[in-house]
Amino acid sequence: MLSVRDLRVSFATRQGALRAVDGLSFDVGSKEVLGIVGESGSGKSVAMYSMLGLVRDSNVTISGSVKFEGREILGLSDREMQSVRGGDIGMIFQDPMTALTPVYTVGWQIVEQIRAHTDMTKQQARERAIGLLGEVGIPDPKSRVDHYPHEFSGGMRQRVVIAMALSCNPKLLIADEPTTALDVTTQAQILDLMLKMQESYGSSIVIITHDMGVIAEMAHRVVVMYAGRPAEIGPEVDVVRYPRHPYTWGLLGAVPRVDSKNRRLVTIPGTSVSPLDVPEGCAFGPRCEHRMEICDERPVLHGPGDHLDACWLSDAQRLAIRSARSVAGGAS
Amino acid sequence: MRSFIIRRLISAVLVLFAISVMVFLIFFATPGVDPAARIAGRSATPQILEQVRAAFGLNRPIPIRYLLMMEHLFIKHDLTSYVNVGDRVLPQILQAAPVTLSLVIGAAVIWLIVGVLGGVVAAANRGKFIDPLIMFVGIAAVSVPAYWLGEVVNYFTQSKFHSSIFSWVPSSGYVSPTTNPWQWALHLLFPWLTLAALYAGIYARVLRAELVNAMNEDYVRTARAKGLSERRILLRHALRCSLISIVSLFGLDFGALIGGAALLTEVVMGLPGIGMLTYNALQNLDLPVLMGCVMYGAFFIVLANAVVDVLYAWLDPRVRLA
Repeated sequence: MLSVRDLRVSFATRQGALRAVDGLSFDVGSKEVLGIVGESGSGKSVAMYSMLGLVRDSNVTISGSVKFEGREILGLSDREMQSVRGGDIGMIFQDPMTALTPVYTVGWQIVEQIRAHTDMTKQQARERAIGLLGEVGIPDPKSRVDHYPHEFSGGMRQRVVIAMALSCNPKLLIADEPTTALDVTTQAQILDLMLKMQESYGSSIVIITHDMGVIAEMAHRVVVMYAGRPAEIGPEVDVVRYPRHPYTWGLLGAVPRVDSKNRRLVTIPGTSVSPLDVPEGCAFGPRCEHRMEICDERPVLHGPGDHLDACWLSDAQRLAIRSARSVAGGAS
Repeated sequence: MRSFIIRRLISAVLVLFAISVMVFLIFFATPGVDPAARIAGRSATPQILEQVRAAFGLNRPIPIRYLLMMEHLFIKHDLTSYVNVGDRVLPQILQAAPVTLSLVIGAAVIWLIVGVLGGVVAAANRGKFIDPLIMFVGIAAVSVPAYWLGEVVNYFTQSKFHSSIFSWVPSSGYVSPTTNPWQWALHLLFPWLTLAALYAGIYARVLRAELVNAMNEDYVRTARAKGLSERRILLRHALRCSLISIVSLFGLDFGALIGGAALLTEVVMGLPGIGMLTYNALQNLDLPVLMGCVMYGAFFIVLANAVVDVLYAWLDPRVRLA
């Protein structure tokens, strides 16, 4: 349904080209939930925004191919993109506190989107807005529809944003860290809601997050990004249970576990590379414990079946490292 | 919303009271100054001084004096100038006020239209040739002093080209709209443009900056993700939110101008408005007139601010609760 091939996004800066996304390819099937995970600055959001023409920087260069239902949408005119955005592809944003225009009621804002894409009358669109608000779990939607964004809590506002994104029955929902700005209990509710809505609307979802917990909860398949490049791609079960890339090991290791005796929070050593000088070879190389000489060459995505990774370690080496880890982990 | 308006009006009345006390104290309780001598003017005889002392109760306690003064101003309306003997203050102000109101309201309409249009066009064409052009014209209009611009306009319309292309421009002065609306507008046209130039420049620049900021806000990204057109995003979302700061700016400017800050334009253009009245009173040290003008100015500034706050609440729902 959505097929991205070799997406590259770079910004011309005074310090040279900033390669924010560097050769990203993935597919999203019908009714599939794809998770894109990575640290801040790994290019995951920029990739999504550039796909939809939401990166409005005169210094940007976008190349590659993005096919949505077989139609190339990269390089469409602004007007053509307007019918795609909000119509076939809905978006949910990170910070619900600032994502809504403060001076209009939430109902007005949902009606605005519905009327931009359909020829419903104001009254019909309003009815639909009330219905949507009810569906996303806002109590008393008939009166809440006339309230302003500042009269809602963060979680409720995110529900409004979700209702808005769903208002035109999109085939694809792109959620950019939809739970990052919310507190933990609200996070779980919003994720549940998104799964529920995905079931009833049958849309596919691309969810961007830096939280492996969100991936485990939501995603069918996962793309792990590092420094604008895909490090590992595969089905959620495989990537979370049998991660192949050392960076994914680090990410998974960094999830604190309640049942672990190891009290110390695990971190990945070093800091994320600056996108201004990503090394020629493996981007993760400078931070990798298992760096080898060959890592100066850029690894390509490869692997058995549909579980791919970009790492030079052989299967035997990975096995050895992982078993040594689990022994060490058990001993501490 | 209604309770907001009522609350706001009550506080406006309180502010007016406070201002009247302040003004009174400045004029009548400044240490080392004999208020009677001030009120009576430069060449006052002892008889007149006695008369003034009696009229304003200057040998009685300060609160009484305040009340007497307010009585003269607001109840008996008989505050009198001692410089131009016999001239009552209130009729002078009532005569001057329509001139100032005509000048400022007309100019405000022009500068709002030109300023908002300029700001929106500049923001919509950011990075193109027209944006820096508008901003340059804006800064030029802001930098030119009103008295200089006024003199230049007078020079061209009243003398240099008065016999050719500007032959239709009447000589300076004021015609009441009730006697002849067309002449009223014609007489005020160039004063309007002169006064509006400065403010149109400021407003265009402020609005452009606000719009450019707003276009980087998260809600604009949401609006784009909704599939709205750029024009609609700019006008319905970004402009609507940016108008809030324009309105507060407008309240301050408008109130101050009505209150007499259009003095330079009035004097240059020969319009007998409040600014001119204040200017003349200052030159003659005509204290009663001066005090009347200050009170009048304060009244309009406070009123304009109250109206702005109500407008504010209408534009920005978040203000209503506070």
